[in-house]
Amino acid sequence: MARFVLRRVLQSAVVLVGVTLVVFLLLQLVPGDPVRVALGTRFDPQTYDALRERAGLDQPLPVQYASYLGHALTGDLGVSFRTGQPVSAIVLERLPATLSLAVTAVVFALLVAFPLGIVAAVRSGSAVDHAARVFSQFGVSVPDFWMGIMGILLFAGVLGWLPPSGYVALTDDPGRWATHVALPAVTVGLVTASILTRFIRSSVLEVLSADYVRTAEAKGLRNRVVILRHVLRNALIPVVTVVAVQLASLLGGVIVIEVLFAWPGIGRLTFDAVQARDYPVLQGAVLLVAALFLLVNLLVDILYARLDPRITVK
Amino acid sequence: MSATTESTGRRVLAALRRDPLAVGGTIVLALLVVVGVAGPWLAPAGVNDVDVDQMLRPPSGAHPFGTDELGRDVLSRVLVAARVSLQVGAVSVGIALVAGVTLGLLAGYYRGWLDSVLMRCMDVLFAFPVLLLAVAIVAVLGPGLLTAMVAIGVVYTPIFARITRAGVLSVREQVFVRAAVSIGASDLRIMRRHVLPNIAAPLIVQTSLSLAFAILSEAALSFLGLGIQPPAPAWGRMLFDGRGFVTDAWWLGVFPGAAIFLTVLAFNLVGDALRDVLDPRQLTLGEARRSTP
Amino acid sequence: MSERTERMPSPRRHPMTDSTVLSVDDLTVTVGTRNGPVRAVAGVSWQVRPGETFALVGESGSGKSMTLLAATGLAPRAATVTGRVRLLDDELTALPDDRRRKLRGRHVGFVFQDPMTSLNPVLPVGRQVTEAAEEHLGLTRRAARDRAVELLELVGIPSAAGRVDAYPHQFSGGMRQRVAIAMALACEPDLLIADEPTTALDVTTQAQIIELVADLQARLGTAVVWVTHDLGVVAGIADTVAVMYGGRIVEQGPVDAVFDTPTHPYTRALLAARPDPSRRGEDLVAIPGSPPSPLDLPPGCAFWPRCPVRADPRCEHELPPLTPVGDGHTVRTFYRGEAG
Repeated sequence: MARFVLRRVLQSAVVLVGVTLVVFLLLQLVPGDPVRVALGTRFDPQTYDALRERAGLDQPLPVQYASYLGHALTGDLGVSFRTGQPVSAIVLERLPATLSLAVTAVVFALLVAFPLGIVAAVRSGSAVDHAARVFSQFGVSVPDFWMGIMGILLFAGVLGWLPPSGYVALTDDPGRWATHVALPAVTVGLVTASILTRFIRSSVLEVLSADYVRTAEAKGLRNRVVILRHVLRNALIPVVTVVAVQLASLLGGVIVIEVLFAWPGIGRLTFDAVQARDYPVLQGAVLLVAALFLLVNLLVDILYARLDPRITVK
Repeated sequence: MSATTESTGRRVLAALRRDPLAVGGTIVLALLVVVGVAGPWLAPAGVNDVDVDQMLRPPSGAHPFGTDELGRDVLSRVLVAARVSLQVGAVSVGIALVAGVTLGLLAGYYRGWLDSVLMRCMDVLFAFPVLLLAVAIVAVLGPGLLTAMVAIGVVYTPIFARITRAGVLSVREQVFVRAAVSIGASDLRIMRRHVLPNIAAPLIVQTSLSLAFAILSEAALSFLGLGIQPPAPAWGRMLFDGRGFVTDAWWLGVFPGAAIFLTVLAFNLVGDALRDVLDPRQLTLGEARRSTP
Repeated sequence: MSERTERMPSPRRHPMTDSTVLSVDDLTVTVGTRNGPVRAVAGVSWQVRPGETFALVGESGSGKSMTLLAATGLAPRAATVTGRVRLLDDELTALPDDRRRKLRGRHVGFVFQDPMTSLNPVLPVGRQVTEAAEEHLGLTRRAARDRAVELLELVGIPSAAGRVDAYPHQFSGGMRQRVAIAMALACEPDLLIADEPTTALDVTTQAQIIELVADLQARLGTAVVWVTHDLGVVAGIADTVAVMYGGRIVEQGPVDAVFDTPTHPYTRALLAARPDPSRRGEDLVAIPGSPPSPLDLPPGCAFWPRCPVRADPRCEHELPPLTPVGDGHTVRTFYRGEAG
C-alpha cells in the first residue's frame, strides 16, 4: 500500500512538473511582446519595465522557467499585468465561489444519478430504464449554457422564482446564496448527473450478472441485502473515480456557466483574464486548476485502492 | 483482409439500419451537411442585414425564428452558422485523429523511451480540464476560427493517442504481426497493413463521439467570444449576445441552442450505435471526461 | 420465524427413508431469447433421498445446470418454468418468491463451478461464509464469526482463525472452492447442490475437493446433487445417476446399473470416451460432432445426428419414451442392443 501510494505520488509530481512547463510556455506562445499586448493603450514605460522585470522576461528561457518553477513552489505565481496584485491571492479569492457551486452541483447530480442509475439497472428494460437512457443521452448532448439560458428563461423570466444571475457568499447569507446557486448548480448538475447515471447503470448491470451475485442469491439472502451488500459494494467502486473526476473538472471552474450567471469563481476569473490579456492571472488560474485536478485524481486512486482489497497486493 | 473489412462494413450498415435512433441521427446529419454547404443560399435573408425597424421581433411569417437585437433574421444566421460548427468539428477532430494516431502508433510500436516520453506528455495534456486548456490556447494564440480548431484538436489528441497505443500493444503480440516482422516486412508496411485495420473499430467510434464533443467545445468557445469573430454568425456567440434579452425575446435563446443540441445529439446517436456494433466495451473514460468544465 | 429461535439443527433430521429431499417432476424450462423461445429443459424428473448422492451428467448446454437453477428459483428472469419441484415438505413451484428464498441457503446449499468468480471480491471470506446463517438462523455477528472459523476448519482451511478476515484473492483456487463449500454448509442444509465444482480446478485439487465433499457428506448426512460432465467422478461418489442430452434425461438409474449395462448409445459413447486405466494405450474414443443447438432440436432423439448405432429408425423421427430396462434403470431409446 505504502509503495503504491508513493508511486502514484511520484507519478503525479512528474505530471505536475509537465503541467507547469505547459503553463509557463503559454506565455511564450503569445505572438509579440505579452506585456506590451497586455498593457495596450495603458502603456507607459515605467510600468512596462517593472512588469517585464517582475515576469523575468529579459532572462533566457531555461532561467525563466527555473525561476517560474521556484517561485511557484513557494506559492508566488507573479503579479497581475492589470492590477499589480499577486496572482495567488487573486486566484484563491475566487476559490470559495467555485467550490460552493461545484459541490452543490455534484451533490445534486448524485441525488439524481444514484437512484436513477441503480433502479435503471436493477429494473433493466423498465420505463425507468428507458427514462434514464433518454436522460443520459440528453445530458451529454445538450450544451450546458443553453440549458442555463432556458433555466433563466423559465425560472427567472416566466415564473420569476429565482434571480437570473449574481452571487451571494454562503457565509454572508445562506438563504440568498441558495436562491442564487440553484440555477447554475442544477444546470451543471444535470449534465454531471447524466454522465453519472449512464456510468452507474452500466456498472451495476455488469455486476448484476457476476457469478458472486448468483452465489448471494443462492444463499437465500433478501433482495435488498443482495443489492446493497453484493451488487452496490462492487458496482460503486469504479463510480467513485468518475464522481471524483467530475468534481475535479467542476472545481476547475465551469467557465461558461460562471460567465452566464455572473458567478465570480475561477472560471469567471479565467474569462476576465483572457479578455484583459492578463496572462499571469490566466497562467495562475490554469495552474491551480490542473494541480487541483491532479490532486483529486491522486486521492481517488488511493481511496480506490482502499475500497478494492484486490489492489493492495499488487 | 479486404473481404473481412467489406463484410464488417456491411454488417455495420445493416445493424445501423435496424436502429431507429441511428437512422434518425444519420438523417439529421445528412440535413446538416446540406445546410452546411448550401446555408447561404437557403437563408431567406443576409446574415448581417441590419434592420433597426425590425429589432427583437418574435417569430412570424417573414422571420420564422424572429429577429435579434439588431433586427437581423435569426433563421438565416442559424442556417449559415451550421457550416462553422461542422467545419470546426471536422477539422479539429481531423487534427486530433492524425496527431493522436501517429503518436499512439509511435509509442505503442517502438515502446521504450519514446513511449514513456510521449505518453507522459499525453498525461500532462490529460491533466487539464478540456475546455480550460482550449480557452488557454486560444487566449494565447488569439481568438479566431483557425486557433479554435487547433485548440480543440490539441485537447482531443490524447484520447486518440491512448486508444491507438492500447490497440497497437495488443495487436503487436499477435501471431500474424510477429510473422510479418519475422519475414522482414518494413515497419511502415506492418503498421499500415496489419496494425491500423485492427484498431480501426475503436478509432471510428471515438471519431464520431469526438465530433459531438468538438462541436460542443466550439459552441462554448464561441459563446466566450473565442471562436470565429463577429460579424460572422456562430451558434454559441448568438446565445452569448442574446443572453441579456432572453427573458424578453425567448427566440434568441431557443433556436441557436436547439441547433447545437440537435447536431451534437445526432453525432452522439450515430456514435453510440457504432459503438454498440463495433466495440461494445470501449472505455467509458471519454464519457467521464466529456463534461464541459 | 421458528427458524430464528432454533439453534443448529442436528444432521440426519431426515433419516434414510423413502422420503425425498428434493424431487423434480416433469420440469420444463423455456428461455426467451432474441431468436425466439428456446426449450432448455424438457420434462425432466428425478429424486434425491436423504444422505444420497445424485449425479446429473451431460455436456455443456445439455440443460443440467438450468434444471437445478430452475428447480430452486434461480433461473434467469427470461425463463419460464413449469412442472413440480418438492423440497422436503414444501412444493417449491407453488411458493411465492420470498418463501422460496427462505428455503434457499437454509435447506439447500450451492457450490458453483468457478471459485475465482463465485466469491464476492470485496467482502472478507468469513463474512461470506456465514451470511446465510445470519439471514436464516439469526446468528449475531459475533456468533457468526466463531461459526465462520468453525466452518473454515471443517473444510480444511489451515489456520482458519487467522484467515476469516482475508479476501478471496488471498486464497488459491482450491482453497476458494473450500471456502465456497463452507459457505454452502453454513446452515447445515439437507441438500448440497454442487454445479461442476471441480471443473475449474487442476487434477490434484479436483481429487481433494471430491474427497472433501464425500467426507463431509458422510459426517453431516447431507444429500448431494453433483452436476458434472465427467463420468469418472460419478463412478466414485454417486448412488444414482441421470444422463442428460439436449434438455432431456436419456438414461437414469443406480450408478452400478448404468455403468454395468449402459443402454443408450450416448451413455455408451460417454463411457467409451472416458480415460480408463485398464485400457491404457488404447485410443480414446471421442464422440464425433457437437451437441445440438437448443434452437434447432431434431424431432426424434436429440442424439440421432451423432449416434454411432442408429439401429432403430424410429429414433430419428419419434421421441422415444423413458422406458424401464432394469430395477430403477430407465432409458430413452428404442434401441435395446446387447448390454455392456
